[in-house]
Amino acid sequence: MSAATALHAFKGSDPISRMGSDPGPGLLLSHLDALESESIHILREVVAEARNPALLFSGGKDSIVMLRLAEKAFRPDRFPFPLLHIDTEHNFDEVIAFRDQRAKELGEKLIVRSVGESIRTGRVVLRRPDESRNVHQSVTLLDAIQEHGFDALFGGARRDEEKARAKERVISHRNEFGQWDPRNQRPELWNLYNARVAPGEHLRVFPISNWTELDVWQYIRRENLAVPSIYFAHERAVVDRNGLLAPVTALTPPRAGEKAVTRTVRFRTVGDITCTCPVASPAATLDEIIAETAATTITERGATRMDDQTSEASMELRKKEGYF
Amino acid sequence: MSATLTRLPAADTLRVATSGSVDDGKSTLIGRLLYDTKAILADQLATVERDTARRGGSGMDLALLTDGLTAEREQGITIDVAYRYFATPRRRFILADTPGHEQYTRNMVTGTSHADLAIILVDARQGILPQTKRHAALVALLRTPHVALAVNKMDLVGFDRAVFERLRDEFLALTASLGFESVTPVPLSALEGDMVVDRGTNLDWYTGPTLLQVLESAATTRHIDGAFRYPVQLVSRSRFGERADSRGYMGRIESGSVRVGDEVRAWPSGVAAKVAQIVTLDGTLETAGAGRSVSLILDRQVDVTRGDLLTHAHDAPVLASEFAARLAWLDNTPLDPRRAYLVKHGTAVVKAKIVAIEDRLDIHTLQPIAGDTTLSANDIGRVRLKTARALPLDPYAAVRSNGSFLLIDEATLATVAAGLVEEVPQRG
Repeated sequence: MSAATALHAFKGSDPISRMGSDPGPGLLLSHLDALESESIHILREVVAEARNPALLFSGGKDSIVMLRLAEKAFRPDRFPFPLLHIDTEHNFDEVIAFRDQRAKELGEKLIVRSVGESIRTGRVVLRRPDESRNVHQSVTLLDAIQEHGFDALFGGARRDEEKARAKERVISHRNEFGQWDPRNQRPELWNLYNARVAPGEHLRVFPISNWTELDVWQYIRRENLAVPSIYFAHERAVVDRNGLLAPVTALTPPRAGEKAVTRTVRFRTVGDITCTCPVASPAATLDEIIAETAATTITERGATRMDDQTSEASMELRKKEGYF
Repeated sequence: MSATLTRLPAADTLRVATSGSVDDGKSTLIGRLLYDTKAILADQLATVERDTARRGGSGMDLALLTDGLTAEREQGITIDVAYRYFATPRRRFILADTPGHEQYTRNMVTGTSHADLAIILVDARQGILPQTKRHAALVALLRTPHVALAVNKMDLVGFDRAVFERLRDEFLALTASLGFESVTPVPLSALEGDMVVDRGTNLDWYTGPTLLQVLESAATTRHIDGAFRYPVQLVSRSRFGERADSRGYMGRIESGSVRVGDEVRAWPSGVAAKVAQIVTLDGTLETAGAGRSVSLILDRQVDVTRGDLLTHAHDAPVLASEFAARLAWLDNTPLDPRRAYLVKHGTAVVKAKIVAIEDRLDIHTLQPIAGDTTLSANDIGRVRLKTARALPLDPYAAVRSNGSFLLIDEATLATVAAGLVEEVPQRG
């Protein structure tokens, strides 16, 4: 029998036809509804079991979704946690302005701790003055956790972002040094979460673990959420460096021999200026971003992050040191 | 098929768990599934090619796509459950990739607890091994409805039909009594790509579905058809509406569905009320079903707190403080019957003691053995538990979400065991 005939024969007994009937209007969840409800459930479980949680908010798209989910989980109450941003002081102005504006609109408390302050007080020592501050966020983050006594931090990381993240639990246990031990994670079964934590230790909680980049953009469109302008196509001076478009800024001038060119670009992730690159893109609306995301042939971090490309295990190594 | 089409999300999501040992080629199979459904992007491929070359190989070692951690890549093993996301025009998939070489029970139970379908992998040269039987039994224990038997490495047996048919028949006989809704054996070569996503040219004698077609057509688990079970997570500070008692009981419907006006009871108190409103940030609903997070407003003032379970008045669970359960022991410290543990059931956390260990399953024959005094990591045994307060229980076989629980070590706060309620005292 030919392959085509075999396929046809199989379709004849397609088990889809054996699926149950529609239980009624509104009862079956769309895929965004299902993801949203799962995330709300996780937010509420951790708030119920943790003593002192906080939500990491950077002004980036994933944490914008996290804020919306917190509204869905807790309004009309106030959020049962403050927002926390670890600022490298090397962030894009548009994103920081957006961060402050959004926290104000929501009427929620925003705590900002800065890597620059950690450098000035000697908690972080740089090898070179111009090195990326991205990796040093871990020190500032762990200091902030200790300062405030946080025992659970909500973050917007997703498993589809990176191979080490694919192995992380929704509720990730960190020891008193803030370290992740991938060999010793709490098993997560069914929809039951164990959010208990001993004094001095804490949890990193990732309610949107099961979301993909595409889900995030579709949700932003569905919920009509504002995002910083640099996510949309704009003209920007960049240099072509190892296949990435490195932004030219006061902090990151062209290196010797490099020539700045103006390109139409947008950011897929908005991290530290020194290690985050835009991609060439004409996508100027949410619909265009969604279409582009659905058709992309490059991963989100692969297209944009210099810090993930230093070794096979960059993210894993950073996480073991207490990174997000 | 264009990449755009392939990556646009379809309506529903199937959760899949894979199990098999290192040598069965599991990582290669998953790599193949992701690669041929265009879920692997160009930069990931470039990385895999570079890493393959660094290890002295040539071309692309698809297994490197899924082995994420340094130790895994160095030792060529899988350490922990990894989650993968991909989609076809028919459906979206969340795939839990569970290692089979060590601590297989712990990781398999974890990955399989969410699954609608389990892929059990065998090497065509090796046939059905004792571990294949264990995998099948574990999948059955967790009541995963659908099984796909992936008979891999058909290229190494000359794509021999007789080899496949012998394995198929043996597996179908083995699983006939395990209660699966469907068991679909598929011959394939993950390395060559035959019958994973594309049919290939080497297995023309096989007329059944490809592995992807099995995944695309399996029915998802319909928790909405079960009894209404609503563990209360939190009680809102705000009040909804003008009545002084209209607090919102926040939670997610784990099973069944609820409608405004339904008569419900809160457990363990048993107090009755009617559902006055189903509230979300986007407005109120007339009815809501399994999977949805909402706030419920009741029509009268009742004492309901976190840890309580709301159910329909006519479809009540059994309230019990002593019951029999099957435990899958996950922690490296064995069960100590002298110690107190915490049971997390729904949103309730109560103290518990193991009052008897009734049996332990022999991991090779899966026959119960009596007379053990403990359970160690990867053991599965039946115990009797006594809890500090009564819990509203269903047998796992009847309502998965309300028949399952975690056992937590009070001292370390680690999750030490997964529990499945087997037997509750008769009502009345």
